Amino acid sequence: MITLRVNGKQLQADVDPNTPLLWVLRDSLGLTGTKYGCGMAQCGACTVHLDGEAIRSCVKKVSDAAGKNITTIEGLSTDLSHPLQRAWIEIDVPQCGYCQSGQIMSAAVLLAEKTKPTDTDIDEAMCGNICRCGTYSRIRQAIHRAAELKAAGRSAE
Amino acid sequence: MNATTSPFSRRDFLKTSAAVGGGLLISLYLPELARATEKSTEVPAAPFAPNAFIRIGTDDLITVVINKSEMGQGPYTSLPMLAAEELEADWSKVRYESAPVDAAYNHPMFGIQMTGGSTSTASEWERFRKAGATARMMLVAAAAQNWNVDAQTLKAEKSFVIHSASGRRASFGSLADAASKLQPPKDVPLKDPKDYKLIGKPTRRLDTPAKINGSAQFGIDVQVPGMLTAVIARAPVFGGKVVSFNAEKARAVPGVKDVVQVPSGVAVIATGFWPAKLGREKLEVKWDDGANATLSTTAMRSEFAKLAQSPGLVAKKVGDPEKALAGAAKTITAEFEVPYLAHATMEPLNCVVDLKTDSCEIWTGTQFQTGDRMAAATIAGLKPEQVSIHTTFLGGGFGRRANPANDFVGEAVHVAKAVKAPVKVVWTREDDMRGGYYRPMWYDHMVGGVDASGNPVAWTHTIVGQSILAGTPFEPFGVKDGIDSASVEGAADLLYGIPNLQVDLHTPKLTIPVLWWRSVGHSHSGFAVEAFFDELAHAGGQDPFELRRKLLANQPRMKALLELVAEKAKWGSPVASGRGRGIATHFSFDSYVAQVAEVSVDKDGGVHVHKVVCAVDCGRVINPDSVIAQMQGGIVFGLSAALKDEITFENGRVQQGNFHNYPMLRMNESPEIEVHIMPSSEPPTGVGEPGVPPVAPAVANAIFAATGKRIRRLPIGRVSMA
Repeated sequence: MITLRVNGKQLQADVDPNTPLLWVLRDSLGLTGTKYGCGMAQCGACTVHLDGEAIRSCVKKVSDAAGKNITTIEGLSTDLSHPLQRAWIEIDVPQCGYCQSGQIMSAAVLLAEKTKPTDTDIDEAMCGNICRCGTYSRIRQAIHRAAELKAAGRSAE
Repeated sequence: MNATTSPFSRRDFLKTSAAVGGGLLISLYLPELARATEKSTEVPAAPFAPNAFIRIGTDDLITVVINKSEMGQGPYTSLPMLAAEELEADWSKVRYESAPVDAAYNHPMFGIQMTGGSTSTASEWERFRKAGATARMMLVAAAAQNWNVDAQTLKAEKSFVIHSASGRRASFGSLADAASKLQPPKDVPLKDPKDYKLIGKPTRRLDTPAKINGSAQFGIDVQVPGMLTAVIARAPVFGGKVVSFNAEKARAVPGVKDVVQVPSGVAVIATGFWPAKLGREKLEVKWDDGANATLSTTAMRSEFAKLAQSPGLVAKKVGDPEKALAGAAKTITAEFEVPYLAHATMEPLNCVVDLKTDSCEIWTGTQFQTGDRMAAATIAGLKPEQVSIHTTFLGGGFGRRANPANDFVGEAVHVAKAVKAPVKVVWTREDDMRGGYYRPMWYDHMVGGVDASGNPVAWTHTIVGQSILAGTPFEPFGVKDGIDSASVEGAADLLYGIPNLQVDLHTPKLTIPVLWWRSVGHSHSGFAVEAFFDELAHAGGQDPFELRRKLLANQPRMKALLELVAEKAKWGSPVASGRGRGIATHFSFDSYVAQVAEVSVDKDGGVHVHKVVCAVDCGRVINPDSVIAQMQGGIVFGLSAALKDEITFENGRVQQGNFHNYPMLRMNESPEIEVHIMPSSEPPTGVGEPGVPPVAPAVANAIFAATGKRIRRLPIGRVSMA
């Protein structure tokens, strides 16, 4: 039995400790917002936060995630209020939507680290996430917009 | 193909679609309106099976039932817009719901329930507006009855029926019950386009919120109580068979419940994906590779090249190209090649099946509901109406999930039969990429001649490639006299006015499974035709834009679009040092697209696509933002294929397996994309696919402009700078 802290909750899973975190989230805990795309850290669809860092959960052993804070797309906000979610709606980013959880989770770490990411910052942070529908230009636009929304939120506080 | 020549039986219908708990259910079919059936549980057999597209609850919520699969192209927003426009609905009250399988939801052109061919808007343009107008007229009639006034004195606005003279207002929800007791009107006039409030306005997608908080359910996300997960060992060579297998070690993996043989291979069934995959790794299977054991791309290419040297079956002939070539001032010959391609949808294939003695419930992201249901029924030994399909969101489709062979659904039903528990079959990325149903490899041999003034006088185009439609239920309609229309589309219907033309086709019989892939035949013809046109223009000393313009004299829509894209891309103005511009046009799915790419090539031959300017004429636009998104997406999709991707064979085995050796364009490689929509009042046409074909030739032509090197084979990879 492995105890995990996911989106602020303590959860238990009876799995082989070598199981990738992705499959524990999806099959054992029912958190299916995190997606399987490649199984070898090539596409980024499975991106989650481990102690605030963006990681590819398809290649992360669940035993290495125990005792750390895991955040999935379901835990980003409860009400679509995260600046990235607001920007994603405003710019209408998704098409099929399958990669978008991973895109947003990668972008969230970028936004936490850089208040005003440049296009180069975006290229670097986001080039590990594939979008087959080709929403890249909107993702870029939405990250810039989220940075503005976040700054506006901060100045309002 | 049209409804009267459907390969599928018209008996395929559901007993009822009236899942309505109070309120109004609008049902209708075209060309005639049917009576409302909300009180009936028995629907008469086709052709009188009614459709059911709109449900209005007493809570004022308006549910639009969508018969098109949502794979990113936006029908869950654009089709509700059509209905809401005529309904005079408050857009904030509009919801979408995925339709069950029912003849009532059949594609008006194809006669089966499916999504494909960039036809969702074009084919539903009238039906969804009529569904909305019918509902509005019934709500107005109900209010007129309640208030004892003439319906002509009432108007509908933002989900209310209003009697201006008395100031009375009633919400749609409050009228729903009364309206449901009325007969639908026979004559349903539609609005004058000048009165449109929603159609033509950029409208945010209704499915975005679900797609950014993890709640959107794709097939792979479905969980059914007691469900097991299966991963299947399939033959490494197409047509291969299981000789024997030893499951001892696989069964020893904790979580593995069973190992069973199915027609496609050996299924390892476990409590979840991971133990199933581990179990498969331990499985020992002896395969008979069959006839394709020595298949190799190198051998196939030389075979195709050999075939291309002589004309095939003639698909189109105008004038006397042979004579015209003989008399031409200058002739050029070029050969173009494109590889097999995988769809590589982000969501790998999967299917959930809950099979019981008298029912079969399926959850999957399919584009092909009618066919999949019939296949499931046959395999399960049930009647089609005992099989239900829940169409989930599709994590990309691009044609892969519309398979006349019903591969991923049929296989899952076979597994469910063996397992006797609800089961989810999941394909790994490698399974998906090596699972076939590829865009065919094509080889195009082209000869062109120009007169002394540089005007093209003759054009011959010999195409070599597998048939997509042969062997499918569509063969009788899409293959005529040995010519698969999908193989020659975009070539035989050339828009340019060239007086002597021949397009002919060789169709080698190979058993590599092939399928439509976003833009189908246009994905090779667009490249070959537009890249060769550029070569012919240069051979005659003409500007490729000006020559296109001249030869499009009888094609006013494409000509205007070409001029628009040239103006927006500043064609003819100086370009940054080291860069080149290339132009291409293509007509597909009844839409016109023109693109200009701006490209540079680095000293190592690496290609950098800096900018693509795109103009599109797809008739009347429903949601402009959605058209822009589809052009952006089509360009990125086309660029992955143009620059990077190929499926190749060695010893019968596919050599690629995942994104490290079948790479996708990424954020840092994605160009700036500018999209311009030509205003039009013509009927709407396709947008999902037409953005793809022009981008490869636009890039190839830009590489020539930048470096003087001609690109005749995709993927481009690195340009040889030697």
